[in-house]
Amino acid sequence: MLLDSFLDRLINFFTSLRLTVVCLALALLLVFWGTLAQVDLGLYKAQNEFFRSFIIYWGPKGASWRIPVFPGGYLIGGVLLINLIASQIRRLTFTVSNIGFWMVHFGLILLLLGQLLTDLLSRESTLHLRDGESRNYSETEREAELAITDASDPGADKVVAIPQGVLANEKSIRPGDLPFTVRVKQFFGNSLVANRETDAAQPPAATQGIGTRATLQAVPHVTEMDKRDIPSAVVEIETPQGSIGSWLVSEYIEQPQSFTSNNRTYQLAMRPRRHYKPYSIQLLKFQHDVYPGTDTPKNFSSRILLQHPQTGEKREVLIYMNNPLRYAGETYYQSGFDPDNKGTILQVVHNPSWLTPYFSCVLVGMGLIVQFAKHLFGFTFKRRTV
Amino acid sequence: MKLVFRLIPWFFVALFGAEIIAVMAPKRDGEYHVSEFGRLPVLLNGRIQPFDSVAHNTLLQIRSTGDVPLEEVPSWKFWYHARKLKSTEWLLEVMTRPETADTRPIFLIHHAELLGELKLHDKGVEKSGLRYFTFKELEPLVTEINDQARKAGEVKTEDQTTFQKQVGKLANAITLYQRLKVTLQPDGAKDFAQQLVDFQKNLGPAQAAAQASENGKPFDQDALQRIAGPVQAFQLMARFSYPLTVPPLNPAETHDAWQNMGNSLLDSGRTGVLHPAATNLAAMATAYHQQKADDFNRAVANYRQWLEPQFQKALTKGSAEFYFNRVKPFLHAMIIYICAFVLACGALLTLAATPNLSESLRRSAFYLVIIAGLVHTFGLVFRMVLEGRPPVTNLYSSAIFIGWGTMILGLFLEKIYRVGIGSLMASLAGFITLTIAHNLALGGDTMEMLRAVLDTNFWLATHVITITLGYSATFAAGLLAILYIFLGVFTPLLPQPIGAGARMSPSAALPPVTGLEPVRMATTLPTTSQLPGGEHRNKGEPDPDSQSQIANRKSQITLGQALSTMVYAIVCFATLFSFVGTVLGGIWADQSWGRFWGWDPKENGALLIVLWNAVILHARSGKLTGDRGIMNLAIFGNIVTSFSWFGVNMLGIGLHSYGFMDAAFKWLMIFIGSQVLIMAVGLLPFSLWRSFRTADKTPSAGLPAPAGTA
Repeated sequence: MLLDSFLDRLINFFTSLRLTVVCLALALLLVFWGTLAQVDLGLYKAQNEFFRSFIIYWGPKGASWRIPVFPGGYLIGGVLLINLIASQIRRLTFTVSNIGFWMVHFGLILLLLGQLLTDLLSRESTLHLRDGESRNYSETEREAELAITDASDPGADKVVAIPQGVLANEKSIRPGDLPFTVRVKQFFGNSLVANRETDAAQPPAATQGIGTRATLQAVPHVTEMDKRDIPSAVVEIETPQGSIGSWLVSEYIEQPQSFTSNNRTYQLAMRPRRHYKPYSIQLLKFQHDVYPGTDTPKNFSSRILLQHPQTGEKREVLIYMNNPLRYAGETYYQSGFDPDNKGTILQVVHNPSWLTPYFSCVLVGMGLIVQFAKHLFGFTFKRRTV
Repeated sequence: MKLVFRLIPWFFVALFGAEIIAVMAPKRDGEYHVSEFGRLPVLLNGRIQPFDSVAHNTLLQIRSTGDVPLEEVPSWKFWYHARKLKSTEWLLEVMTRPETADTRPIFLIHHAELLGELKLHDKGVEKSGLRYFTFKELEPLVTEINDQARKAGEVKTEDQTTFQKQVGKLANAITLYQRLKVTLQPDGAKDFAQQLVDFQKNLGPAQAAAQASENGKPFDQDALQRIAGPVQAFQLMARFSYPLTVPPLNPAETHDAWQNMGNSLLDSGRTGVLHPAATNLAAMATAYHQQKADDFNRAVANYRQWLEPQFQKALTKGSAEFYFNRVKPFLHAMIIYICAFVLACGALLTLAATPNLSESLRRSAFYLVIIAGLVHTFGLVFRMVLEGRPPVTNLYSSAIFIGWGTMILGLFLEKIYRVGIGSLMASLAGFITLTIAHNLALGGDTMEMLRAVLDTNFWLATHVITITLGYSATFAAGLLAILYIFLGVFTPLLPQPIGAGARMSPSAALPPVTGLEPVRMATTLPTTSQLPGGEHRNKGEPDPDSQSQIANRKSQITLGQALSTMVYAIVCFATLFSFVGTVLGGIWADQSWGRFWGWDPKENGALLIVLWNAVILHARSGKLTGDRGIMNLAIFGNIVTSFSWFGVNMLGIGLHSYGFMDAAFKWLMIFIGSQVLIMAVGLLPFSLWRSFRTADKTPSAGLPAPAGTA
């Protein structure tokens, strides 16, 4: 009995229109707040804090405690989704006359689920190519990895990559079958590496490699859209025989640093995280057109050569604004270029649910038209009969 | 109806119709064929445009007006047409008679601190509280102004103080002016046409001398000297002149091949042949400088003749845009809208007292909205053809289109409910949006070329149009809601049954959510809860609908009910367009940047409108609030929409930001404040609403017999 009435109340709660209105209003506030917050936090961080979260926490600047203050995007969106599905099942029986409502609400469910899937499954990376250059991997700029390359074998390099997320724990890692342990002594999400004057008071960042002549300093996360964090770490290599020293690794340092262990040569490098593909893309020509007599860009385009050794495919493709290349589950967009106009930056997106908004848009649009047209025509028809 | 009442609307139609015809009719040139010159095509901002557009847009940036008045007329003498320099006349003066142009008060400086800094307080000409300065007055200060502007330029735009922005603007205006001066001829030239003839004559010997000098042979030093001066002047022109005036010799070449006068002349220095455009333009400059009208007209005609066969398209474009600049359709539409607004207000206010007069005024307003709407549409379509684009390409054109969309909605409403509400809304929205557009135009060229990502007519025609119609509809609903509050609180009109034109039964007028028969509404009066929105009304509060039923035994619908239905219908419309528009925007983003949704401020703004319209619809269908509540929600929709339209651009972040606009920020805050105030008025207890106070006087006992069928 008690359970029944509880269930009833629960169902009533989740199917009520009042809940819909409250959730929609909360969503409005959330979106508004989240938009304003982008000014301080930057788009990426605000997005994570406000929209891709269950609860929004707040605490005074510099304080270590934070209290939950507002429901986040996942929570509001989730409740709305439940509300939508539950009330659809309970309230609206399917008839011809309310087919419009069904279409609208089903379209919305599709849209929300599709976005959830996108959030979970999609992966964005970039492909930076100079004119003539060819690559078979793209990179995630916002994530770094520590690549340890066994360069002893002249035929093929063996690479082990430790993702940024693992480095951030500042623990000891035993990657793969390497004969040593990597102990992360320090990790900074955003950092500044500077040349160290020989008489500087600050000690050098590391005991080996470039780190002996440099200092490392943590800096706050950047918020501007066009800038990004540059992570750095100090790692110590510990063989069973003992430590052989510490290295400073950073995206500031492009050249790999070598060390030997067990008569094999290894290279250390912090680099943007790579995603390898079974095909390669070569930039034939990047073009940047402007309107005559102005600096206003008219078009950006990249002519590329796509080669897939397994399928024997080899073709030229022109990627330009509003005209991406869709290939093997990934989409390549013209996203940026080098200042000297001799290199291109392509955005690479892997998103299995990219089509859901298209269906949803059609469904909701048609549904709304059907529903409102019914009102409108009913209304003018009645008016005529008066 | 009395004859006079029937004639009033036609009087207005005749009056404004005649004005529009007079404005649109072709005009003849005076002694100088200045208009013919103004139509000539040049290339600026990446597009072909007539000299007149260069003049008009530059003048807007410098003086914030499209022409230069030549005499002071007090503003109350509105019938008196002051003599003024039209934009092209001013441009010709700047380019060919700089000594006169330098004495025209055209530089608008209104920032007090800037005036103080430059010690300009006792100089300049004051008009309507604004101070204008001549170039002569500013000339000694140019270095100082440029220094200040350079310093200001080092500060990020969003951190700049008003002073820094103003000094930057002034420096920019001065630079534009100086660049215009060397567009056709070197500064201070007296007979440029003759100079070019001499230049060409001297070119041969000079080239021979240069050749000889290169080969180490003796050469004629004087021959080289004779062209050194002109070449130096041309180099200066090549660096600074503003529009590109010289078309390519081969018409098949792209727009990239257009040149400015200086570059063309420097080229001639190498080839030995003068470009026909250069000679003709120089002839025009000289003739205008020397005040020889016949020579000027002949040179213009010659140049047109040369352009005719090969640059037909550019010539047509120039003429069309010149016509558009001259007719100023949006300005005229604005004037007619405001007249229509006054008439529509009159119609509503006299609705109860003098129905005949009211109907006459309503008709007048309706006809004027149609005329204004036609002029508005004419302007909109003309712009589309000129640009070869869908109607909305930038913030300026979005304002014009929002006004247009709201106007169409208003006309539609007026056609159904003939009480003047639709005309009132259409005219007010038209006037406000065109005023906003007018102010946005002060930034310069409003037909600028589109940046790469926007250069797609498909998405401009789908996403941008639908989202802008969504804005229109949300504003329309908000305006109607404001009208409801005003009429309810300040007039006794809400329960007024509406006239002959709108005979509708409440069951037809009210949306299907309630669908109560009028008879039942009357008989079940004591329990208001069954009435639309009755659920949340406290006991003892008058119910607008039931009150109106008592007041109106004929079971016609009341003004209040009509407004309520209109707001609902338009919110439905707004939901449709803003949702579809937002999702289409996402799909465009997916096509060009690779993600459907990125929480970019502009996207969020659009989402806010969708969410808010959904809130209104669900609150209504769940009967969570009454009519008044819906009205207040709809007014809040104005705030949401204005934030989405303008507010997000002021954040200065994201892919959609068009730059920080602080003047607009002030107005946005004023607008939001006004909406909050109106909502507060709307929340006053019903006992303070005049519409419902008067209804109290009707006998409440002995309910009227059910009225006849609708």
